Amino acid sequence: MREEWTACLARMAESRDRALFAQLFEHFAPRIKSYLMRQGASPAQADELAQEAMLSVWRKAHLFNPAKANASTWMFTLARNLFIDRLRREKAPCYELPTELPDADDRDAGEGAVISDRMLACIRKLPEAQAQVLYMSYYDGRSHSEIAEVLGIPLGSVKSRLRLAFDKLKLMWGESS
Amino acid sequence: MNIRHHLDDATLMGHAAGTLVPGMSLLVGCHLERCADCRERLAQAESVGGALLEEVPPVAMDSSNALAELFARIEAEPFEESRPTQPRMPGTPPEAAMPMLLAGQLDGRRFDELDWRTLAPGVRQVDLHLGGPGATRLLRFAPGVSVPHHSHRGNELTLVLRGSYNDEVGRFRAGDVADLDDQVAHQPLNDTDEDCICLIATDAPLRFSGLMGRLVQPFIGM
Repeated sequence: MREEWTACLARMAESRDRALFAQLFEHFAPRIKSYLMRQGASPAQADELAQEAMLSVWRKAHLFNPAKANASTWMFTLARNLFIDRLRREKAPCYELPTELPDADDRDAGEGAVISDRMLACIRKLPEAQAQVLYMSYYDGRSHSEIAEVLGIPLGSVKSRLRLAFDKLKLMWGESS
Repeated sequence: MNIRHHLDDATLMGHAAGTLVPGMSLLVGCHLERCADCRERLAQAESVGGALLEEVPPVAMDSSNALAELFARIEAEPFEESRPTQPRMPGTPPEAAMPMLLAGQLDGRRFDELDWRTLAPGVRQVDLHLGGPGATRLLRFAPGVSVPHHSHRGNELTLVLRGSYNDEVGRFRAGDVADLDDQVAHQPLNDTDEDCICLIATDAPLRFSGLMGRLVQPFIGM
């Protein structure tokens, strides 16, 4: 299903077909809004930024490379960068990577698209303690130090749980691909 | 570039989740410019975010005409595909040792054109004033000089830009990053005959040990 969104985005980039964009909008805009609200944006700000994110999707679609990331991952990074830029607006240096970095060995080409389709199933299999820090970091936008404080555990434990989760995800994903 | 010391997975996940303080985010970006290994792992960490975006319960847009309004904006603000989206990279770095992101931050100045402040004999710094908890600075120390022994309350990232140093953790050369948490105390020593220049970002104040460190701390202000 998520693979279909990747194909849909790639086709939209090629054809500039508004019906395809409409499908992407209906699916992703409400999810981006929801994600931004969890990150601490107000409902109105999240709504506005979700619109901005979808505008970027339209404008930057030609930069989307389905060999490197699937549609959800690409949209996630767009929304995340918009939100960070907004938060840092006053003295806002941009830390976003250039969209096309020279990739000498290009070893990730071809794998990216399938990755997070399987990733979700893998995340659901994580032990609760590891899933918890993962959600607190990605969804709630908490820093590792904040997570340590909220859970009352050392910073090192938060990081080792994240590392363990990442190792497991990479392993499960390696097996399934 | 032969990079031997890389970013921790947890740091890349923090970068992917967008939760690093500004200075750490900048430093991570500088390392990524030159490290295919960390770029690949970042892509994996970002795909975790993509998977979670699929899982989040959707929240309806405020306007039932949101899509039509967006198309109206697209019509009203014509946009050329070939036009660069934003001038994110303000020019080419003035010297090879300087990452593009850092060059943008320093308005194109060379290392030697910066306003270096002396902290201790042979140790100079430039504070980048990026805000957030902790500090982001360039540190420059002379051959044979060591930075005062210290540990950290939070995390400390060090990216070597020029020269090299040795400490309790290992030898770090240009391109290498030391990704240390609050369990590590160290005392980097410049082990070559040229100045060692590092970009350092922390997310909490450092803890200095020893008399030299305690003397220096008020001036470093970190």
